[in-house]
Amino acid sequence: MQSTHEQSAAAAAALSANARPQRSELSRIWRRFRRHRLGLAGLTFIGLLVVTALLADVLAPYSPIQSVSGMRGVGPSWSHPLGFDHIGRDILSRIIFGTRIALIVGLGATGIAVTIGVLVGATAGYFGGWVDNLLSRAVDTLMAFPTLVLLIALTAVVGPSLRTVVIVIGATVWAQYARVVRADTLSLRERDFTLAARVAGATNTRIILRHLVPNVLGPVIVLASLAVGGIIIYESTLSFLGLGIQPPEPSWGGMLADGRAYIVHYPHIAIAPGAMITLTVLAFNLLGDGLRDALDPRTRD
Amino acid sequence: MLRYVVVRLAQGLVAIFLVSIVTFSLMHLAPGDPVSLFVGEAQVTQEQVDMLRHKWGLDQPVYRQYLRWLGNLLRGDFGQSLIIRPGASVANIIKEAAPLTIKLNLLALFFSVALALPAGIIAGIKRNSLFDYVSVVGSTLGVALPNFWVALVSIIVFGSMLGWLPTYGLSSWTGYILPVAVLALDHTAVLTRLMRGATQEVLGQEYVTTARAKGLGQAALLSRHVVRNALLPIVTVIGYRIAFLLSGTIVIETVFALPGLGRVFINSVYRFDYQVVQAVVLLLAIVVVLGNLLTDLVYTYVDPRIRIR
Repeated sequence: MQSTHEQSAAAAAALSANARPQRSELSRIWRRFRRHRLGLAGLTFIGLLVVTALLADVLAPYSPIQSVSGMRGVGPSWSHPLGFDHIGRDILSRIIFGTRIALIVGLGATGIAVTIGVLVGATAGYFGGWVDNLLSRAVDTLMAFPTLVLLIALTAVVGPSLRTVVIVIGATVWAQYARVVRADTLSLRERDFTLAARVAGATNTRIILRHLVPNVLGPVIVLASLAVGGIIIYESTLSFLGLGIQPPEPSWGGMLADGRAYIVHYPHIAIAPGAMITLTVLAFNLLGDGLRDALDPRTRD
Repeated sequence: MLRYVVVRLAQGLVAIFLVSIVTFSLMHLAPGDPVSLFVGEAQVTQEQVDMLRHKWGLDQPVYRQYLRWLGNLLRGDFGQSLIIRPGASVANIIKEAAPLTIKLNLLALFFSVALALPAGIIAGIKRNSLFDYVSVVGSTLGVALPNFWVALVSIIVFGSMLGWLPTYGLSSWTGYILPVAVLALDHTAVLTRLMRGATQEVLGQEYVTTARAKGLGQAALLSRHVVRNALLPIVTVIGYRIAFLLSGTIVIETVFALPGLGRVFINSVYRFDYQVVQAVVLLLAIVVVLGNLLTDLVYTYVDPRIRIR
């Protein structure tokens, strides 16, 4: 029984026009993506960030937390290329460790949001009726809140920390995935391969997870890569407002918050964290543009 | 058409109702009991605490508290501030702070539209020109820049280094320049990019080719066919982006120390003044719902293709 089930599911998948990407499909996508130079630049920069985050302990020349007495606000020098912050900590080392936080929040929250959004969207689209109605109202309600306002209120309620920031952002920004996946699922559930799977006796859960979800992942990946930058901005904004990552943890937004009172005297402490946020957000946005062109050639501009 | 309006209105009302439930539950999950926050360090007896709890209805079941809160809201009573201005009515606090926030947002909206529409149209028409290139780079950067950082850097550069503009307060109109410019930045970037895309798309349509073929001049072609059609999707986006503008105001008012709704919100969050937080969150969400509703209705009105359906 199980084996015929597998076979018919495989046949159903093979019948569908856009089955799960096989190796050749992936290499085709990569060939298209490679032509998008800015997307490639974004991917390279993100690669460097990942390496920096993983090897932060090795790469950072000094402690990100320990301050050096007598070096408050001292500007850039050869041994300290980005200078010292307002309490005498090496800014470069803090920037390097801050990469970890930016990536953990950016990728972690996106992962949570995609999981919730895809499941909600696929469930709503597949079942329709009152399930769809209920879930769609939930999506509408979530979208009615200005995101940052909701994030601020939520983090204040649950108490700010790295973990709560990841969870709160992830639980807040999933609505767009749900909308897109629901719309795609509505059309996919009428297609022959879904029907074939149902005839073969696949359960609803199996149809949703094995047949529908893989087919809607293309647009979701594009949306997700474009959303990481926005999430990094949300994290840094929350930290800047004192409601995100708490000092002395070196988050880029938090570094700007800590140094805010001193920026008029020591302008150099305001430059590096903001520049890193901007470059990182830019890199993810360019990667997203590249992926969109590679995964969906119709929308290429 | 009428059916559509009624359905949308009903959906808007349902959304506001659900928003009110979410907001209320959120504040009830918050740690800290209003009474102890209100009392603070002062020595009070258990009877006094019980009296306050009774007075504020905290001794009743949660759904009753919600209904009471909702009933008061419908009568325009948003409750009392307990901490940021003890005893003051939340409605008054909002009434005092809102005009500045509305002014900042309208100014930012006006300038971003006034800048983005022409820039996007020109960039779309003169494809691959220097202007197009600059607008693409500018709007890509504009989206990636965190607004609080732009605000900080503009304070360093224009306020402290050059000394051209005031960096806090609004004693003269020049005080508005930096906050409005920073608030408008990301909106302008997004709208320019969309307007450019929309213009390019319309230029590729067959009716534009037809108009060209029948000998219509460039100016008439642009004003009669291209711009009017390209504006349609933009109308929607402007409406839907109200939520983003409001988010931006919180940051801008904090950095530039402006006494608007954003700062009232963040101060009441810092000090756990939940009545105020609740009211501001609900109010902003209602603004977003109404904004989206209005946008949809305006859109069906300006786009005859939708009206027919």
